[in-house]
Amino acid sequence: MNYVFQFNVVWDHFPELLHGARLTIQLSAMAMALGLCLAIVCAYGKSAGPKPVRWLVGFYVELIRNTPFLVQIFIIYFSLPMLGLRLTANTAALLAMTVNLGAYASEIVRAGIEAIPQGQVEAARALGLRRLQIFRFIIIFPALKTVYPALSSQFILLMLSSSVVSTISAVELTAITNSLQSTTFRSFEFYFVATGLYLVMALGFRAALGAIYWAVFQHGRAA
Amino acid sequence: MGRTFGTAEFLFLLKAIPWTLLLSLGALAGGGVVGLLIAILRTSPFRVLRWLATGYIELFQGTPVLMQLFVTYYGLAVLFNIRFGPWPAVLTAFTLYSGAFLGEIWRGSIQAIPRTQWEAAECLSLSLPKQLWYVILPQAARISIPPTVGFAVQLIKNTSIAAIIGFVELTRAGQLMTDTTFKPMIVYPIVAALYFIICWPLSLLAQTLERRIDATLGIKQYF
Repeated sequence: MNYVFQFNVVWDHFPELLHGARLTIQLSAMAMALGLCLAIVCAYGKSAGPKPVRWLVGFYVELIRNTPFLVQIFIIYFSLPMLGLRLTANTAALLAMTVNLGAYASEIVRAGIEAIPQGQVEAARALGLRRLQIFRFIIIFPALKTVYPALSSQFILLMLSSSVVSTISAVELTAITNSLQSTTFRSFEFYFVATGLYLVMALGFRAALGAIYWAVFQHGRAA
Repeated sequence: MGRTFGTAEFLFLLKAIPWTLLLSLGALAGGGVVGLLIAILRTSPFRVLRWLATGYIELFQGTPVLMQLFVTYYGLAVLFNIRFGPWPAVLTAFTLYSGAFLGEIWRGSIQAIPRTQWEAAECLSLSLPKQLWYVILPQAARISIPPTVGFAVQLIKNTSIAAIIGFVELTRAGQLMTDTTFKPMIVYPIVAALYFIICWPLSLLAQTLERRIDATLGIKQYF
């Protein structure tokens, strides 16, 4: 092994890497928010909707969960324009991440809904609440609290898999690392440092999600 | 203009499936060895070993597979001073990646075995390795089957990422066929369908096994 590591090149470009990390965080945070909304709607449809809706949600979830994320991105970015829906790379990336997370998270949220004791729903019905009101006021909050740890892991997995969107030239940390290493020829060094940044982001997201849990479920209204 | 998408092109996609499966099986076999080691270290009575195993898991679960691929790909080149083809790098990276996830899954299975089983084995004056090998692991293996099958699905989908560094498997074959036929609207949905055909039965199998093991052992799986 007579390779000379040159990490100083990486430090020269470190601000650009940090900018990439910021873009990754933005993209992931938006996808998390949108994906969770989609997941809640799907979970409601799957557990309370009419039969065709249940079937449709089930189809969506199985389809997404049994195909690779990379292929989903390709379909959204390369195939959809043939149907006249042309998206920029970053919008396509956000859409792919949202659709992907929505499927995984809806199964998690549904597990939380199923863990709600039936007696609570009956009590709410006895008070004259409508279906959507029961979902909004009785079910969703404790359901999300129950499955929060699983949701957090899914969010972090999503942030990590966002590195794949660099293949459709969406701009984030991996894409920026790719272009930096191709102009400086210090491939190993750049990827090594970028990997470290991802690890830091994963730990950071975990801490942030823990803080959100505390703020929403412990500090805020009692669930 | 490009070729049309006909039988030959479809067969090209089909011929790439064995590479996807071979990579998945190879990574599962290699990752199984690594994972068993990690699981045992993670549950060992020695703190340093537990820390090492935890660090390994955190590292590989906290960074994107794509980054692990890049670091391995360029890392191997640095280490041996020659540029390998993608195959050794891809297999190494996916082995290490699977090792972390399988290790974490199997740790859970080992810890799900009641403490009393260890104590009973110790009363029979079995040494620590023998307690593990003859008493704990056979029982833990049973519980671990459904989540392991579930992980296999995740692994098969994630091998698509190998396409990014040029390893020709199903997704890369899809890219190549799109480049020659200019028909992403046809090619990528077919690729997705092929993945679905491989993964869906495995997902169903995992679900069925999980229900059966729940019934026989009464051990609740957490997600």
